[in-house]
Amino acid sequence: MSSSVLSSVPAAARLSLPVWVGPLITLGIAFGVIPFVGTSYLFDAILTPFLALSLAALGLNLLTGYAGQLSLGTAAFMAVGAFAAYNFNLRVEGLPFVISIGLAGLSAAVVGIFFGLPSLRLKGFYLAVSTLAAQFFVQWALTKFDWFSNHNPSGVIDAPPLVLFGITFGGAVGRYLFALTVVTAVTLLTLRLLNTQTGHNFIAVRDHELAARVIGVPVLRTKLLAFAISSFIVGVAGVLWAFAYLRTVEPHGFNLDRSFQILFIVIIGGLASIRGAFFGAALIVVFPLVLSRVGSFLLGSYFDSGVLDMSQRIVLGVLIIAFLILEPRGLVALWDRVVRGGKAR
Amino acid sequence: MSTESLAAPVAAPHKPARAALPLRKEPGAGPAALRLEDITLSFGGVVAVSNIDMSVEPGEIRAIIGPNGAGKSSLINVISGVYRPDRGRVWIGGRSYAQVPTQKLARLGVARTFQNLALFRGLSVFDNIVTARVFARRANFIEQMIGLGRARRERLDARERTERIMSFLDLTGIRHTLVGTLPYGLQKRVELARALVASPQILLLDEPMAGMTLPDKRDMSRFVRAARDEFGMTVILIEHDIGVVMGLSDRVTVLEHGRKIADGTPAEVKADQAVIDAYLGVVHEGDEEEPAASSGSGRRVSSNGGLR
Amino acid sequence: MDHTELLFFTEVLVGGLLSGVMYSLVAIGFVLIYKTSGVLNFAQGSMVLFSALTFVSLVERAVPFWVALLATFALMVLLGLSIERLVLRPLVNKPPIILFMATLGLSYMIEGAAQLAWGTQVHALELGIEDLPLEIAGVFISKFDLFAAAIAAAMVTGLTLFFQYTRVGLAFRAVADDTFAAYAVGLRLPRIWATVWTAAGFVATVAGLLWGARLGVQFSLSLIVLKALPVLVLGGFDSILGAIVGGLIIGAAEKLAEVYLGPYVVGGIESWFAYVIALGFLLIRPSGLFGQKPVERA
Repeated sequence: MSSSVLSSVPAAARLSLPVWVGPLITLGIAFGVIPFVGTSYLFDAILTPFLALSLAALGLNLLTGYAGQLSLGTAAFMAVGAFAAYNFNLRVEGLPFVISIGLAGLSAAVVGIFFGLPSLRLKGFYLAVSTLAAQFFVQWALTKFDWFSNHNPSGVIDAPPLVLFGITFGGAVGRYLFALTVVTAVTLLTLRLLNTQTGHNFIAVRDHELAARVIGVPVLRTKLLAFAISSFIVGVAGVLWAFAYLRTVEPHGFNLDRSFQILFIVIIGGLASIRGAFFGAALIVVFPLVLSRVGSFLLGSYFDSGVLDMSQRIVLGVLIIAFLILEPRGLVALWDRVVRGGKAR
Repeated sequence: MSTESLAAPVAAPHKPARAALPLRKEPGAGPAALRLEDITLSFGGVVAVSNIDMSVEPGEIRAIIGPNGAGKSSLINVISGVYRPDRGRVWIGGRSYAQVPTQKLARLGVARTFQNLALFRGLSVFDNIVTARVFARRANFIEQMIGLGRARRERLDARERTERIMSFLDLTGIRHTLVGTLPYGLQKRVELARALVASPQILLLDEPMAGMTLPDKRDMSRFVRAARDEFGMTVILIEHDIGVVMGLSDRVTVLEHGRKIADGTPAEVKADQAVIDAYLGVVHEGDEEEPAASSGSGRRVSSNGGLR
Repeated sequence: MDHTELLFFTEVLVGGLLSGVMYSLVAIGFVLIYKTSGVLNFAQGSMVLFSALTFVSLVERAVPFWVALLATFALMVLLGLSIERLVLRPLVNKPPIILFMATLGLSYMIEGAAQLAWGTQVHALELGIEDLPLEIAGVFISKFDLFAAAIAAAMVTGLTLFFQYTRVGLAFRAVADDTFAAYAVGLRLPRIWATVWTAAGFVATVAGLLWGARLGVQFSLSLIVLKALPVLVLGGFDSILGAIVGGLIIGAAEKLAEVYLGPYVVGGIESWFAYVIALGFLLIRPSGLFGQKPVERA
């Protein structure tokens, strides 16, 4: 099919190469070059967390950017995904890991629908605040009921090895490739989704809810579906975060700060943009590393971890505000302007 | 309601216009396409429309005119189920409703446009229009993702209809453009296309020409008339510009202060003394749109005659 | 229930109501800004932290109490004015959600700056009120809680009088009712916004001192924003009365639940219970506590 997301790209972008060329080259490098040249620091500290965060941001972007429903509880759905995958893997003998991931996504989707129910009655801030309930409730439940962590006294569980279609993804490169495979698959499915009627319904509900209702978009079902699909993706991202990046499963990392971090990725990268999720995640992962290098170079030993932590918060806050004021369409818009070299607008 | 007639293929573009429908059927010749029965609506005690009776024949172009705040938009919103009237019923086809179910409106064969643009700004022209086939889709989202079977048939059907409507309204050249970047007149036309693609039996147009330039207005009049002639739909439009209305519509209903003061052919209405009083010499307190909050005592003679 | 149980229940209830006042205290800061500029100011919590941290650090550096108080207040006003000027003014006419996200960024900035300037250690804050239980008709009530409630009541009264009887106050109410109309009749919006941000800074200072004295001054102080949000959902983002009553309801319900339900659900439910109350209430009564229209608007 001639997909309409591709064909609906503004004319200026189609003057040069087809839009799929860039992503294809990127994928080629990611699969074919980086695994052979990267160091394990690159994989473990940068690329794998980048991939997991990108996927989480992609999920949130679907809900907030495309369907227009602001959520502040993203990390909760990551936690649901991670713990569900852990428990399915633990409690169902011989379940292929790929099925565990799918079931983890489905579990997150169910929880997402439940906490998305207020969206049927509430809008805007009221809805955003209600998604905080998800954040706190899920974290509480995972901490308080130690069944979820298999009665492990420390609450920190080692993640099992990653096996996909009989291939074990071990080591730093393996975990990176595992994450990359999952992220690529989910991203392609998301692109496909945006080209269907359902994807158009999301945007219709976001842009003009009444007009959407008048033409027959099932508004309530569409909102719940947005919560479900978004939570599914975020849940899978949670699996990557815990299994491929941290290699432990524990509730504390999925806190409110994580939820905000993912929201910030979406804002900085660009609302309602698939690429935005990746751009934003790259910036969020890389900038603390840069900041700590620059900080210790300029200030020496005064720039300890406390100072780093605080200056990170400040810079992040400034970045958010600066993007909202100067480029509300995010890094993606900046990038497009640079690439087009000022040709168009 | 009949889904079959909705699913029937739309007429091929640019075929010769069929003979205009008879302008007035004899009363009782067939069921009205739309009938309002004693509609009364108020907002917190302020009456927007009261005791409106109105009957529109199939294939008719009906204009509803009146000064600002006369209750025109309220009426459209009652017909499309956005508001629930305090009293009265709306008959669409053979069924009556206390409140028309908005989410089923398209399946009842009713499409509408909005006074202020209500396009989906994040979608292209093509996608805006094709989305309005949503009411005819049965495939669920999983089927849509797989894209085979009925999902495929529905998608192809929707795209084909969109193509036809786009060439009918001369929109093909801007199919990929994001609607938000289009000039106002074109956006209005895209909204018309989005309504037409549903092949409605009844088309509600809320001030389709408001704020347009004269050439745009001529285009829009032409398109509305052509839409009726090509597809045989009933058109109900709210308009401010009395000149446009007189040339375009078969019958005109005049509202003032939420009441119907006249109903007839353009010529009849033009000659009606109550209409002349209400419209040609006197203007009311300029509240933007409804509710018709201004009281009768607030009248004053206006130099511009209340006409645009 | 017998007499002892009733006494105990009353004690829990009163304790809950009093801590509810503390929630209201924070919530009022939100309402002031929301009413005039339609912004849900998430940074209110970090402003509370900033004020408490500034005050306690000044006092620790042997600055006299009242001087420290005035300096803190001045700093908060300055902060409020710069936020209005540098962040919100450029974003005027943007969708409310964008403004909200900007205040999220703002709260990160302020939290970072406050702790970068004053350090991250926990400070004790003494306001000179001993937290002794006071017996009234057989019910023990915390003296400090009573004091805090009195301060809060005084502040609410003061704000009400200010907005009821001064010119700026009247203008504030006009803006709150209809920004567009206020523009049309030529009210000077920037001045009103400045006033409101000053008031919000003042509220943050008071809340910072009281909460700081109770919990100790530390990073987690900025998290009281999370306590105020359900209060706002319950009472409506634009109603001072709603913020007060909402705070009382949530404070009381939370304490009662902790005492009577806590044992059955392994405890620690205070992180989410307030949200459940607020949401449950909204689902039953979509217009909120005092609202006329359903809370749909963003």
